[in-house]
Amino acid sequence: MNSEVKDTRKFLVTPSPHLKAPFNVKMVMYIVVIALLPALGGSIYFFGLRSLWLVLISVATAVLAEFLMNLAFKRPLETCLDGSAIITGMLLAYNLPPTAPLWMPVVGSAFAIIIVKALFGGLGHNFLNPALAGRAFLMVSWLGKMTSGWTLREGLGTTSGIQVDAFTGATPLGVVQKLKDVADPNLTETARQALNSPETLKALFFGKVGGCVGETSVMLLLIPAIILIAIRVIDWRIPLAYIGTVALGTLIAWLFKATPVTPIFHLLSGGLMLGALFMATDYTTTPVTPLGLWIFGIGCGVLTVLIRLWGGYPEGVSYSILLMNVVTPFIDRYTRPRILGESAAKKERK
Amino acid sequence: MITFRGGIHPPEFKELAEEKPIEVMPCPKQVVIPLSQHTGAPAKPVVAVGDEVKAGTLIAEPVGMISAAVHSSIAGKVKGIEPWVHPVLPVPTKAVIIEAAETDELDPAIKPRTQAQIEKLSPEEIREIVRDAGIVGLGGAAFPTSVKITPPKDAAIDTLIINGAECEPFLTADDRLMREKPEGIINGARILAKVLGLERAFIAIEHNKPEAIRIVSEAASKVWPAAEVLTVRTKYPQGAEKQLISAILGREVPAGGLPFMVGVVVQNAGTAFAVYESVAKRKPLYERVVTVTGPGIAEPKNLLVRIGTLAADVISHCGGLTPSASKFISGGPMMGIAQASLEVPIIKGTSGLLFLDGSKRLFKISEEVNCLRCGHCVGICPMKLVPAEIARMAEYEKLEDAERWGIADCMECGSCAFVCPSGRRLVQWIKYGKMLIFAERSRKKERK
Repeated sequence: MNSEVKDTRKFLVTPSPHLKAPFNVKMVMYIVVIALLPALGGSIYFFGLRSLWLVLISVATAVLAEFLMNLAFKRPLETCLDGSAIITGMLLAYNLPPTAPLWMPVVGSAFAIIIVKALFGGLGHNFLNPALAGRAFLMVSWLGKMTSGWTLREGLGTTSGIQVDAFTGATPLGVVQKLKDVADPNLTETARQALNSPETLKALFFGKVGGCVGETSVMLLLIPAIILIAIRVIDWRIPLAYIGTVALGTLIAWLFKATPVTPIFHLLSGGLMLGALFMATDYTTTPVTPLGLWIFGIGCGVLTVLIRLWGGYPEGVSYSILLMNVVTPFIDRYTRPRILGESAAKKERK
Repeated sequence: MITFRGGIHPPEFKELAEEKPIEVMPCPKQVVIPLSQHTGAPAKPVVAVGDEVKAGTLIAEPVGMISAAVHSSIAGKVKGIEPWVHPVLPVPTKAVIIEAAETDELDPAIKPRTQAQIEKLSPEEIREIVRDAGIVGLGGAAFPTSVKITPPKDAAIDTLIINGAECEPFLTADDRLMREKPEGIINGARILAKVLGLERAFIAIEHNKPEAIRIVSEAASKVWPAAEVLTVRTKYPQGAEKQLISAILGREVPAGGLPFMVGVVVQNAGTAFAVYESVAKRKPLYERVVTVTGPGIAEPKNLLVRIGTLAADVISHCGGLTPSASKFISGGPMMGIAQASLEVPIIKGTSGLLFLDGSKRLFKISEEVNCLRCGHCVGICPMKLVPAEIARMAEYEKLEDAERWGIADCMECGSCAFVCPSGRRLVQWIKYGKMLIFAERSRKKERK
């Protein structure tokens, strides 16, 4: 050893790379939480303070459930605050009617976190979107409470966005569903015109219509989502494929008179925006391959159109996404991207 | 601007050393020269303990097809040939330890060739010179250059790319060399082109080195106008061979294949300079430019260092380590190898000595949580792999799946681990998977 200054300190030895972008799960999650807040603000304005209580109770339940499951499974406790449980809680509440009893978000969130997420291995390991699975659980258990009680704050107008007495208390898509059984051609025509009127479309865009807590305002969902796409927190493929497929599908249906409303109405109504922008873009339950993302988005779109036009429910967003969640591992498996330098013919290497 | 698909933009940190001219580091009192500094078989020593050597004297000769000669880097006496810690290999490997003599003398064989002599050399003679000079790729992989410039007979080589991208953050050795020795690099490119039967060459330099681009372009117009400087976008890993070829020519090197298969030879700028020196000055590869940098070193420098100089000696020449230095990396921060000992020698492939501390979040190992399946790694992988899936397959030792998903095509550039919000040790798992596959293969071979 020749050096004059002998340094005897110990060095940290780790595998490369030795640089790491200061960007982590917590930051991603809280960015999404912030992006979901405008819709909550809108909800309080449209439906009153009860929206806030539903969301707060749902979030608190989700975080507490995550904490207890971490405790039970000896996982690091602090991950209950990594933001993912908060998002699940928020999305579950966003999918409830604004008049839902306050115990519903407790049951829904607890189911989402305990059964759907924690029991399958926690963050990153659940195969269904927890909030949507929680909503599906509530739907099958308390169908009546989950599909009624659409009321706007006093003085804001009708929940369907149209002034036709036969449809009081329905959501815009609820009216479309009811029209399937209406025999009176005059009533059908009046309703059809009212639904497609610029006033209705405007109400749908701003969110001044009946619907679940966080789904009604296209504007308050779309703007934050575009920002998330711009900063690459969410990928653009699924929203584009999903919304594009619904647009195309309902356009064809409309041209063939299979639906009384225009594609624009379909895009603006129901839970499509909340679903396509914030739930079909959940990382864990959607594919990771670029082609897989397209397939997932298109699949969601096709299922949504089918359920809306011919299904027993007025809306099909949540079930569409859940169904596509289930096939996600298969989509990933069969859509491996072509590796640089790999010829197309050799792709099926035994 | 010319670039490839995918990749990342890590902070560059070039400012620490990019304005520091190359400084010749005085001869150390002792050098430790490993016999294995290159891809391929270790060289076989041709000296014995007690032998006197000069700087540039052959001390070990190549063994087999893929190997490289090793030369003494100082004048002195062979003190021992024994295992020593190695900056790349996991276990101590045989090295020739040479104690410096009073005065540093060059081997008498090292004398310049005249321009006329150089012109007369045939491609075959040049290959021999390069082989005898022990030249290997100086960008890091250390593949024997003589092998690389001897493509199979049926390979139709049409393009020579001199790689001056230097995309690793922190490193500035190639940048400085391009600024200070542009004629040497261009002459080296010209010699390499001649060997390959080509009339021209591209010199690719990343956009963040405007001075190098300007100086090399000017020198090219004087020395050899057929050398064309191409500005490539500053993006990591722009300097990776396959990515550079894809950026410049739009050609894809076959998976598991080599650049000659698409008619291309890529040589690092430093290698081109070494080739020039071996041909024009009969100088073997016994010294190289090394960037000594990072927040953990008192005076960042670009040093011309004799091969075999110990890191500890380089550190004292650079004012010592700062009290906070906690990590020592041989190479750049993305692909370099963390070292436990300051006794490791500089070898032919050492492009930098990097010293990090905990001063920035970027340098800290982040906590690892479950993979979110966010797909960021898929979007940026320059090889178009699915790192998250491959790493998971390796973790669960599903080796056949990992192979089907292209684990062998991963070059371990580290882009995926850099962006991963879960802090997953993606490269580590992939290396682990490759190791298991390699072990499995060796076992199967043995059974046969």
